Amino acid sequence: MSAKKMNSLQAVNAALHQAMAEDDKVIVLGEDIADREGGGVTGATAGLSTKFGDDRVKSTPISEQAIIGAAIGAALAGYKPVAEIMLMNFTAVAMDMIFNHAAKLRFMSGGQSTVPITIRTLTGAGWQTAGQHADHLEGWFAHAAGIKVVAPSNPVDYKGLLLSCIQDPDPCIFIESAGSLFIPAEVPDDLAPIPLGKARVVQEGTDVTIISWSSQVIRCQQALAPLAEAGISVELIDLRTVSPWDKEAVLASVAKTGRAVIAHEAVRHFGPGGEIASTISEELFGQLKAPVRRLGAPYSPVPFAKVLEDAYIVSPDQVVETVKALMA
Amino acid sequence: MAELSNAPAPTPDQLVDIYRRMIRIERNDDAIRKTIRLGRLVMPYYSARGQEVIPATLSSLMTDDDKICTIYRGIHDMVAKDMPLRPLWAEIAGRVDGTCKGKGGPMHLTHPESGVMVTTGIVGSSMPIANGLAWAAKLDGSKRVTIAYFGDGASNIGAFHESLNLASVWKLPVIFVCQNNGFAEHTRYENGTSVDFIAKRAIGYGMPGHTVDGNDPLAMFAAAHEAITRAREGEGPTLLECKTFRFHGHVLGDDDKYMTKEEKAAAIAKDPLPAFKAWLVEQGHATEESLAAMQATIEAEIEDAQEFGLASPLPSVDELRRDVFAQEIPA
Repeated sequence: MSAKKMNSLQAVNAALHQAMAEDDKVIVLGEDIADREGGGVTGATAGLSTKFGDDRVKSTPISEQAIIGAAIGAALAGYKPVAEIMLMNFTAVAMDMIFNHAAKLRFMSGGQSTVPITIRTLTGAGWQTAGQHADHLEGWFAHAAGIKVVAPSNPVDYKGLLLSCIQDPDPCIFIESAGSLFIPAEVPDDLAPIPLGKARVVQEGTDVTIISWSSQVIRCQQALAPLAEAGISVELIDLRTVSPWDKEAVLASVAKTGRAVIAHEAVRHFGPGGEIASTISEELFGQLKAPVRRLGAPYSPVPFAKVLEDAYIVSPDQVVETVKALMA
Repeated sequence: MAELSNAPAPTPDQLVDIYRRMIRIERNDDAIRKTIRLGRLVMPYYSARGQEVIPATLSSLMTDDDKICTIYRGIHDMVAKDMPLRPLWAEIAGRVDGTCKGKGGPMHLTHPESGVMVTTGIVGSSMPIANGLAWAAKLDGSKRVTIAYFGDGASNIGAFHESLNLASVWKLPVIFVCQNNGFAEHTRYENGTSVDFIAKRAIGYGMPGHTVDGNDPLAMFAAAHEAITRAREGEGPTLLECKTFRFHGHVLGDDDKYMTKEEKAAAIAKDPLPAFKAWLVEQGHATEESLAAMQATIEAEIEDAQEFGLASPLPSVDELRRDVFAQEIPA
């Protein structure tokens, strides 16, 4: 079996090429995505318009509502559009199309309408892009019944989960996060689609379960060595899909360890960690050895100054300290 | 009524067909309002009484394959597109035999078999989605066209501007049909809209724009024919502004404080339905008797649909877990 070393953006590009080659109903649209415009600001869509033509791969004006609307309409007519919203904060401009339409048309039509769109969107702190270019907004979309929210952490998952999103019969938000984009890994050429809603156990352990997703998984991985040195056995779960989330995997792990920490890059206040922590407490109250802890960004916009941005992101040290405190 | 010389004249059959669609809309609207007043239907109702000519004429030029996206004031657009009335009534009554199993209601009626693809409760949101349906028609190599219906108020929301621009850049087979009834909810046209004619806005997006008397079937036919032909031939989108009037305010029960009684009475006196009927008879395109027979058939269809809809069972609470996703959510 052959494999190629690639980063997560290259994995996205490979998934798009594969999906378009396998299914001529897959079409792609977004700002600057065609090769004439440079193949996307991150290069994630490079080569697609040259290979599959300008009808199936369309650069758009800077019109987020029109982009998502066009994706929805084409989906209603049998296509599987992959729309790029350049940055996750710009989904705010298209929220009516995403929240009131893409998410709800199946339900409101009694199952007649199906909206199999994938919205790829880039975000994440770490590049000093400040308050309107870096928010992790998965909680917004997880709160909207009818949308799946996918947030991979590594090149294999980026490719395998994107393939699943594109073929999924429901709308998916696919989050490409700054902190996870450039760490290369071997990705099999014939990688099978990775099912949505299934978590991955990054490391098995017996003392504490850490639940995370997207770039925060990498910062949790960096906490594993110091925690092992401290004699703490950590089970790290990469949720991969934020909604619907893999409740079974999380509860099974916490039932074993009796301790849980949820770590995410999104703001902690009303963040997705609250839902997961609450479910753990409801389901496993008697088995918990310590209160469930949540780690997330402070209740603040993403800042510009490097010193502030560093403080904004949940660091590996914070993960280490929080886990150690749970064991004390 | 003004005859236009620069468009093919509608045949007598086409004219009678337009009237059939108009009377089907009007009779159905009348039945809905009466049933609400009797307390047998509980729903927000945005009557389009007075706006019949617009979708009746456009639909007479559309095939079953052509699509529409419409809005909360849109039941007339669906009835004009020959949506069957039984599932329509079951839907507005919130019953299982409704087009949407009672889960969408009057503001979200959907019936893809009739080409009714989306009905939105959000002002302006029919347009971005219509573009996608039109893009799909191009990809399919099909000649089908898509109409986005909306009101005058929607021409002030961002979705209108983004959609017209994209449709023009991509040369999409879509027709943007503004049913300008003079009021955006309660706000008079000139108090909320910067131009005297919405059709002027087409210039900014590089497409033809026409203002038409939306109560005149002949003027509407000429404009509709031109726009639909243009879309079918791959020449791109058109903006049609169709001037009309809504007889029953924004929502049924609205007290119309924002207009004078005289103004309303004068508009209602120009009701296009009796005028068009008289004209058809006068021109010899139909007889009083043939139109009365047509009306009786339509009234029987509506009565049957009403009985069917109100007798249909209520949905099971399990429906809350269905159609959220393709896969049912576990209990």
